[in-house]
Amino acid sequence: MSALLKVEDLKVHFPVHGGVLMRQTGSVRAVDGVSLSIRQGETLGLVGESGCGKSTLGKAIVRLLKPTAGRIEFEGVDITRLRTGALRPLRRDMQMVFQDPVESLNARHSVREILEEPFLIHGGMASAERRKRVAGLLDRVGLQAASADRYPFEFSGGQRQRIGIARALALNPKLIICDEPVSALDVSVQSQVLNLLLELQRDMGLSYLFIAHDLAVVRHISDRVAVMYLGKIVEVADSETIYREPKHAYTKALLSAIPHPDPSLEVDRILLEGDVPSPIDPPKGSAFGHRIGHPRYEETVGKELPLVEIDPGHWVAADPCCLDEADWKRVAEE
Amino acid sequence: MAESILEVRDLITAFDTEGGLVRAVDHVSFSVPKGGTLGIVGESGCGKSVTAMSIIRLLPQPAGRILQGEVMFKGRDLTRIMPKEMRRVRGGEIGVIFQEPMTALNPVHRIGRQLSECFLLHKKMSRREAWEASVEMLKLVRIPAAGQRIGDYPHQLSGGMRQRVVIAMALACRPDLVIADEPTTALDVTVQAQILDLMKRLQSELGMSMILITHDLGVIAESCDEVVVMYAGRVVEKAPVKELFANPLHAYTRGLLASIPRLETTPKTELPVIPGMVAGLKDFVPGCRFCQRMERRGATLRERPDFIEATPGHWVEACPICYGGGKEAGA
Repeated sequence: MSALLKVEDLKVHFPVHGGVLMRQTGSVRAVDGVSLSIRQGETLGLVGESGCGKSTLGKAIVRLLKPTAGRIEFEGVDITRLRTGALRPLRRDMQMVFQDPVESLNARHSVREILEEPFLIHGGMASAERRKRVAGLLDRVGLQAASADRYPFEFSGGQRQRIGIARALALNPKLIICDEPVSALDVSVQSQVLNLLLELQRDMGLSYLFIAHDLAVVRHISDRVAVMYLGKIVEVADSETIYREPKHAYTKALLSAIPHPDPSLEVDRILLEGDVPSPIDPPKGSAFGHRIGHPRYEETVGKELPLVEIDPGHWVAADPCCLDEADWKRVAEE
Repeated sequence: MAESILEVRDLITAFDTEGGLVRAVDHVSFSVPKGGTLGIVGESGCGKSVTAMSIIRLLPQPAGRILQGEVMFKGRDLTRIMPKEMRRVRGGEIGVIFQEPMTALNPVHRIGRQLSECFLLHKKMSRREAWEASVEMLKLVRIPAAGQRIGDYPHQLSGGMRQRVVIAMALACRPDLVIADEPTTALDVTVQAQILDLMKRLQSELGMSMILITHDLGVIAESCDEVVVMYAGRVVEKAPVKELFANPLHAYTRGLLASIPRLETTPKTELPVIPGMVAGLKDFVPGCRFCQRMERRGATLRERPDFIEATPGHWVEACPICYGGGKEAGA
């Protein structure tokens, strides 16, 4: 099957200025060589700790941020260097749902104004038609048509997120980047929004890039899951496999850290020391090997640690610090 | 039941608003087992934080006040003692860990100065002694190179390190009780695991009791002995942790447990949901508030259901619809 979105070796670096002359003294390697693809109708989950670059990656894909290097292909067209004007048609097909529904909705606009804006920008619609579309969108996300004349502050967090989703749906996109869409919501409301996203996908054939830090949520909504650590993807597999047979030490640690809502369960927890290293001055070798102080870290210094397919559809970074003995042997043979 | 360190009896906390007095905490009672952890779980607006702030009397002034009830702590009622005495209790005998470590710390003071303050206020120590005691506290919460980090400003520390400093401040005077209000919500899962592990170890090392407030049922399951489930200002269920997760009795607790995605559920299937949302504070009915959310009409909304002990140690708000009168418990 051909990919709807294809990202190859994408890098997003932010310059760091310092010194008296404010010259560039370094760069934050927020996204540092990421490749991934999303098929039509598929959900790719993207997990990682804060600061690993997952939101930056999402924003770079919809071109809200300028990629430093690499290539983004959408429906076979290279969109990496498109200029603002040429990007506009693309914005119909790619939309974004943000984490904080309070900050991502203009508080001075009524829901109608918020939802009509995409139609105004992309033009060519009579006002009666726009009203009809807005009513349709509200119905689609489970809000009453009367909500159109109210303002964002009049809604609860879950309802605001529904408005954010309605705005993203306005132009019938093919891909929606969801950046932590349920993190700010209460448990009982979170499941309502997750169900809505699943339903919309079934009905409209949408693809999602679902960025989140809650692994149980990501597993629930995704077909495949990519694990990101310090600007790089370290493991990708379908969502059942990655939770059942994680290969990378970081994935294992991340999974074991989830608190289970079951007090009778005794968890054998891998406790990580320390924090994610700084992306300004990342370790020269395996970033995670460095964090856990692995004896084979020196071997990885200055080396590329490419993703290899260890089982069909299961990709993992070829990193001697982060794989089991047996897995490393299999990977090294490749 | 075991001896308790703190007992909250029939607490009502209300806020003055333009629409009149509204009750954020409505007849709440529970007790904290000595040396154990009581979890308070509930969604935003259920009154869990207001309950905690009522205990330590840090309600927003002048709007918030305690209308009724007792908070018994070591033989005295905290709702009645003088502010001066309350200041001694707060930070001395009761430590508090707040959710957001960046706002709980003062950004313009070095962490050493903020930590020393606890010792200077509550213990008769010289500045130098307080500073040394602060270094010890940082070591206790396992901050590497404590001697150097003590001179850092909060912004120089990572989120996890900041939360360790906040914990160090809460524990500085070896309190008998620690109130932790969403201590790990702002943190990553791996850091959350570190912090929960640290809190558990310190609790047994120092023999403290704890109230842990969170919305995360996973955190509750792993860290608590007793659990109180709050909904719309009231306690709807109260039980030992294993009992609560094995036999949830109230419809709200059941709904909450069913709606979390778990690692065992089949991906991409519809999750059970609790329809609707919590009513606004002003619209609370006197009767069963979960029935209010489910848009049930009639008698259940008019009168407050009794809070009954369904099985030994397991209490539930006995609304005839939300709690089937024990037929599930027998099954």
